[in-house]
Amino acid sequence: MILNASGCLDALTAPAVARSLDAFVTKTVTPLPREGNAPPRIAEVEQGMLNSIGLANPGIDRFLSQTLPRLGELGVPVWVSVGGFTVADYADLCDRLDDRPEVEAIELNVSCPNVDDVPGSVGEIVAAARAATRKPLYTKLSPATADIAEVALAAQRAGTDGLSLVNTILGLALDNHTLKPRLSRGAGGLSGAALKPIALAAVYACYAATGLPIVGMGGIASGRDAIEIVAAGAASVALGTILFSDPDAPGRIRAELASEMAALAVGEADNVIGLAHAKTTAASETAAAAAALSVQ
Amino acid sequence: MRPERARVTGGEQIGPYTLLRVARGGIEPGIPGQFFMLEAPGRPLPRPMSLCLAPPGELEFLIDPIGPGTRALCALQPGDELAILGPLGNGFRLDVERPLLVGGGIGTAPLPYLSEALGSPPAILGFRTARHAEAARLVPNAEVVLEPTYVTEAMPPGHDVLACGPEPMLAAVAQLEPAAQLAWEAAMACGYGACYGCAVEVDGELKRLCVEGPVLAAEAVAA
Repeated sequence: MILNASGCLDALTAPAVARSLDAFVTKTVTPLPREGNAPPRIAEVEQGMLNSIGLANPGIDRFLSQTLPRLGELGVPVWVSVGGFTVADYADLCDRLDDRPEVEAIELNVSCPNVDDVPGSVGEIVAAARAATRKPLYTKLSPATADIAEVALAAQRAGTDGLSLVNTILGLALDNHTLKPRLSRGAGGLSGAALKPIALAAVYACYAATGLPIVGMGGIASGRDAIEIVAAGAASVALGTILFSDPDAPGRIRAELASEMAALAVGEADNVIGLAHAKTTAASETAAAAAALSVQ
Repeated sequence: MRPERARVTGGEQIGPYTLLRVARGGIEPGIPGQFFMLEAPGRPLPRPMSLCLAPPGELEFLIDPIGPGTRALCALQPGDELAILGPLGNGFRLDVERPLLVGGGIGTAPLPYLSEALGSPPAILGFRTARHAEAARLVPNAEVVLEPTYVTEAMPPGHDVLACGPEPMLAAVAQLEPAAQLAWEAAMACGYGACYGCAVEVDGELKRLCVEGPVLAAEAVAA
């Protein structure tokens, strides 16, 4: 299944792109409207980009009355990403989404690097959200933590149905001439190719620790990238930065992924999930066989 | 929404700028003031460029090589290919009675195509140096001013102003002509409303320039 990473697509301005996904994930919705951070709020860096958008969104009231009904008409399953500044915020947001038929799943954004207020522990947030909704809950974690598997286990114990891995990680870029930060906020979330090995490590660790379904994201730009994060343990793949340069990426990566699967000759797509954890794999057997041949 | 592969047909040095020519293929040139996202070879993100001219079978972009992406674009050679998405955004309204085109520096870029659409109206172009001012030859009926003279000192009253240039110039034009149409610039990752990077204050709220603009009524934008 191919999704977009939250905040990397507006389905209402680009409905064709949203329809090319298996599910559309909204930009994070907060209790109150937020304008976001002052510009400039994006900067390209080597192998990726920084953003400090700052959770710009219309707030839950306007989202429910204006945005969600229009998203429901798109004909693509909708996942709503929610973010709060207290544990109670998450519970309230989930409660208000619970009876909306347009919502297939809720993603708990407990990891935005671009806001100052730090909410309670991940376990508390997930438990409060769990009590407020029957919808499937995916908890989106930051890779900027000493032991992400511990955080994932806490989310699992509190009742999350799955994990979204990973959010961006703080980075800083300085202006060539002034040596001042290029973003108005200073640092911003690093995404793109630079994030891929970090995402792979997080997915690998959390899959081993929890066995939960994982939406893997972070620098996925090709079918090869997609199959790698699936092998690390992701059941689904989300696209972020690549959508900015290639809005046609979902279709392209789906086709490339099918070719990668065929080349691997492992049968069903599900057989690839977590393949990197297997003691012996088709790839290593092939490599071992090749090594044996070269020895001879 | 799919970027098209386009083939570079040539490039021409105009002062410090490069006029990049690509084969049009199936790409529509759009309305003057609209823009395209051009793949910047070797860079993670494409670059937004307004269309400069649309001769038969081609699209032409005037590019100022100020960073790694624009330098990569200016270095493209005939036969090279790049992905192009567009036309995007809202262009200039062309239902004007007494048009006056006003441009500053690389803000001259959309004016040749606009001039063509409006029947070569008068234009006032400001540049930092005589070398930069070589770009004025792309715009017919243009009066050129060089720093320290500003375009606002040369603008005759009583016209429908259509302007593109650096922010201070647009702010000064907006003061003089509140009904002017202004083409703004902002850093953009996507150009189609996905990244929320190109926020500008429109009617007192931060909005996406790629969706609301890049051409905006002067009175809508806080100067």
